Amino acid sequence: MEAQSKIVIDHFHFYYGSYEALTDLTLSIKAHQIFAILGPARSGKTTLLKSINRLTDLIFNTRHTGQIFVDGQEIYHPEVSLPELRRRIGMVFDLPTALPLSIFENVAYGARLKGIHEKARLAEIVEKSLQAAVLWDEVKDRLASSALRLSGGQQQRLCIARVLALEPEIIMLDEPCSGLDPISTASIEKSLESLKEKYTILLVPHNIQQASRVADRVGFFLEGKMVEEGSAFEIFTRPRNKKTEDYISGKFG
Amino acid sequence: MNVKISRHREQDIAKGVIWIAAFSTLAVMFWILYQILREGLPLLSGDFFLQDPRQMGRAGGIYSTIIGTFALTIVAIAIATPLGVGTAVYLREYTRESRISRIIRFGTDCLAGVPSIIFGLFGFVFFVIFMGLGWSILSGGLTLATMILPTIICTAEEAIKCVPYTYREVSFALGATRWQTIRKAVLPNALPGILTGVLLGVGRSVGETAAVILTAGSSFLTPDSLFSPIRTMAVHFYILAREGISMEMAYATGAALIILILGINTVANWLMYRYIPKA
Repeated sequence: MEAQSKIVIDHFHFYYGSYEALTDLTLSIKAHQIFAILGPARSGKTTLLKSINRLTDLIFNTRHTGQIFVDGQEIYHPEVSLPELRRRIGMVFDLPTALPLSIFENVAYGARLKGIHEKARLAEIVEKSLQAAVLWDEVKDRLASSALRLSGGQQQRLCIARVLALEPEIIMLDEPCSGLDPISTASIEKSLESLKEKYTILLVPHNIQQASRVADRVGFFLEGKMVEEGSAFEIFTRPRNKKTEDYISGKFG
Repeated sequence: MNVKISRHREQDIAKGVIWIAAFSTLAVMFWILYQILREGLPLLSGDFFLQDPRQMGRAGGIYSTIIGTFALTIVAIAIATPLGVGTAVYLREYTRESRISRIIRFGTDCLAGVPSIIFGLFGFVFFVIFMGLGWSILSGGLTLATMILPTIICTAEEAIKCVPYTYREVSFALGATRWQTIRKAVLPNALPGILTGVLLGVGRSVGETAAVILTAGSSFLTPDSLFSPIRTMAVHFYILAREGISMEMAYATGAALIILILGINTVANWLMYRYIPKA
C-alpha cells in the first residue's frame, strides 16, 4: 500500500497564526489517478495543495505539525530543495496567472530556471507542452506575442502547459475552471483525462459535477477536516457520511 | 426639491474650485516656462551649445557646463540606483515589517526631508576633505547620490509593492529561487515605477546648485576625469544671475536647462513604452 502511494499525508495540521486551517489530516494518494478535493469555501482545500508544494512557506506566521511524504521523502525535511520540490509538483492556480511575458517565455519559464537556455531545446519543450495542454494549434503562429492577450480559457491552458514544461510528477489544479466558459472547461477536462497516464493529479474541482466527471477518488473536506474519502463512485452514489451526502446533493455549499 | 438644488450647487462649487486649482497650477507652470523661454530661446544657437564659456560666462557658450551636468548626474544616478533599488528589494522581498526595516524606512524618510545644503556640507566635509577627493565630479556625484537615494528607495519600494503577489507565487511554484523570482518576475514589472524614481533623481541632480558648488566646485573648464572639478548648468545659471555677470546668458542657460530636462523625460518615456511589457 505505502509503496504505491505517491503522496502520503500523516496526521497533518496546518495553522495560520492561531487559525487551524487543516486538522489531523491523514491521506494517501496513489500515482496515476485524479484525486479530487471537494468541499465548500474555507474547508482547507487550497491550504492542502499549497502545503504539498510548500507555497505556504511564503506566508508569514504559519506553522504545521505532522508529516507529508512524496515518494517516501518527507517534504518538510530541512534538506529538501524547494525549487526541486516545486518542479516535481506543478501547480495551476484558480485564476489564470499568465506572467506579463510572451507565450513562449511563459511556457519556457520553468525550463530556463532549470538552466536550459539552448534555443532548439526550449522550442521543443514549449511545443510539446502546448500540445499536451491542447493550446498549440491556437497559438503556434504567435508565440512571441504577449500571453496577456490570450482569452481566459487560453491563459488557463497556458498555465497548464507551463506546468507540464517542468516535467513534473504531480500536477495540482486549484479550481482551474472557475473563471472559464463551458467549452474551455470541457477542453481542460479532456486534457486532464490524458494527463493522468503520465502524472498524478490533485484537483480542486470547480463544482461537484466536475468532480463526478473526472475524478477517480474524492476526498470531502469540511472546515479543515477530511470527512470522507473514497472512490468517486462510492462518494457520489453511496456516501457514508451524512454531511457528504448533504453536500453532494446540494443541501449546502 | 430643496435638497436637490443645494446638491447641484455644491457640485458646481466643487467643480469650480477644482477647475481653478488645476488651471492655476498649469498657468503658473506655463508662465515660468514662457518667461524663461521668451528671454532665453532667441540667444540659443549651435555655438552657444558647442563653445566653452568666455569672460566668466559673459560670452561664449555653455559646452563645458553641459558636460559637467551630464557627468555629475550620471555618476550620481549610477551610484544611487543600485543602492536604492537594492534597499527597496531588501525591504520588500527579504524582510517583513521588523525593527530593522522600520529603522531603514525612518532613516530614508529623514534623509528625504534634509535640505540639500546640509548634504552639500556633509559632502564637503566627508568626500572633499576627509576622503581627499577634492572638488570633483566624484565628490559631487557621491553627494548627490546620498541626496536622491531616499527618493529612489521610496519610489522603487512602491513600485515593487505594486507587482501582483500572484506573479511571485507563480514564479516560486515553477521552481524559482527568491532571487530568480525577483529578477524575472518582480523587477521587470516594477521597472516603470523604478524609472520614475530615477527620473526624479535626475531632475534633482540636474537642478541642484548649493550642494554641487560645495562639492564639485564651479570651474568651467571641461573636465578630463572623475577627479576634475566641474560647473553644472544650474550652477552656471546661478552664478551668472547671482553675480550679475549676464542676465541674457543666464536666461539662455535656463532655457537650455529646460530643454534638456524635457528631452530627458521624453527619451525616458519613449524607452518605457518601447521596452516595457504591456498588459
